[in-house]
Amino acid sequence: MSWVNAVVQGILLGGLYALVAAGLSLVFGVMRIVNLAHGVLAVLAAFGAYVLGDTLGLHPFLALLVVVPVMAAVGYGLQRGLLNRALGGGELAPLLVTFGLAVVLQNALLEAFSADSRRLDLGSLGTASIPVTDGLAVGVFPLLAAVTGVVVIAAIGQFLARTATGRAMRATSDDRDAAALMGIDGRHLYGVATAIALATVAIAGVFLGARSTFDPAAGGTTLIFAFEAVVIGGLGSLWGTLLGGVVLGVAQAVGAAVDPAYGVLAGHVVFLVVLATRPRGLLPSAVTA
Amino acid sequence: MSALLEVDAVDVSYGDAQALFGLSVTVAEGETLAVIGANGAGKSTLLKTVAGVVRPRRGDVRLDGASLSGVPAHRRVGRGIAMSPEGRRLFPSLTVEENLLVGAHSRRPGPWALDAVYALFPLVAERRARSAANLSGGEQQAVAIGRALMANPRLLLLDEVSLGLAPVVVAQLYAALPQITAQGTTVLVVEQDVHQALAVADRVQCLLEGRTVLEGPADRVDTAALSAAYFGVDA
Repeated sequence: MSWVNAVVQGILLGGLYALVAAGLSLVFGVMRIVNLAHGVLAVLAAFGAYVLGDTLGLHPFLALLVVVPVMAAVGYGLQRGLLNRALGGGELAPLLVTFGLAVVLQNALLEAFSADSRRLDLGSLGTASIPVTDGLAVGVFPLLAAVTGVVVIAAIGQFLARTATGRAMRATSDDRDAAALMGIDGRHLYGVATAIALATVAIAGVFLGARSTFDPAAGGTTLIFAFEAVVIGGLGSLWGTLLGGVVLGVAQAVGAAVDPAYGVLAGHVVFLVVLATRPRGLLPSAVTA
Repeated sequence: MSALLEVDAVDVSYGDAQALFGLSVTVAEGETLAVIGANGAGKSTLLKTVAGVVRPRRGDVRLDGASLSGVPAHRRVGRGIAMSPEGRRLFPSLTVEENLLVGAHSRRPGPWALDAVYALFPLVAERRARSAANLSGGEQQAVAIGRALMANPRLLLLDEVSLGLAPVVVAQLYAALPQITAQGTTVLVVEQDVHQALAVADRVQCLLEGRTVLEGPADRVDTAALSAAYFGVDA
């Protein structure tokens, strides 16, 4: 039963990883930018919810109503003010700019909040669980996190597939210059993509901050797990990212069931195996630019 | 007839290589102008300059008398300039119908919509659900022209429609042109295929190394002089 338990918990954990990775996957898919500040932006959102809880007594999920639009606005500004300029400077420039941004943000958070670990308090929701069978129970919060991950990925997928803006985003991803000839302003569209990505990062950050403790340096681990989920699933494929998150989560949970020290390691090993045997990921996107 | 498009003495360079030398082109409202010339004559550069993809170093481009300098490519579509670019440049991850819908992104009102484009190119209608990556060259070109029409342009720019296509396919594509001009659309077509260009155009302008070497009405142009101008040899 403990193996079944490990797999079930791993799947739920994978949903959370997919939630964290969704924005990374979207930004890469649309602009071919690997946003190295993705993890620390999630931590920024968690601190935002923490401050709202500390000063106004807002429940973390209520704080989302503020944190999500603020992060979306930050994303639009970040893209228009910084990343669009970096895109003109070759393939390496956006990578270096987001790396620099991650360093600056992490140190700014350290300056503002010190290195103390915090946690977002969910109240009774944090410990509630649903018994499934004897010896197998599913926590309400991990379930909620996984469902949110699936919903966010499905919503982004529907947005890209069905709306005019989503269609324009896919066209721009294919051929930005040709898209401009159709009247599409690539700079604005990229801003919208990053705004959506950071809105999902805000949700992810609050879930991460409620799941375990976080501090200003937590962005690195967050980024690595998200990046692994994206690469395992296949770069630029949203449903691949969900699958990648689940594979990573199950690997970590099963590894931890063998020995608690092996959890994270097992995840990295699976990542390396996938990278070595299927470098384009499990569900590579049909068209590569 | 008043001038819809005025390209006024433009110099265009790519780095150190100058492609257009004080080139002037005027297209009247409702007219079809064919710009012909050999490879490297500056034909595609001219269209890119009108579309706003490249900026002239000197000179001006005016639409209906209003200067387009400082108007980026994506906003020129809203002003009524749409282009079917060289090499078609369809969006391969989108379906044919999605490609057409992207063409309507600027939401200019006018006669062209999905139904009208499908009526113009029945073959495109049959392929509407197919990925644009899986089309023959002729089908791709038809979609590219349809996609430009979806913007309901006042000025339609067609770049090298014949490129890489069998003559029978090229003839089929150009057969659609009268139905486009019948809507009052002004057309600036760039073409290496001189016979095709002369057949569809009201007026023809021949470029050589970034300068105009010959221009005149398409039905009265002297073919010997034209071929001399095309290849840059004295007649």
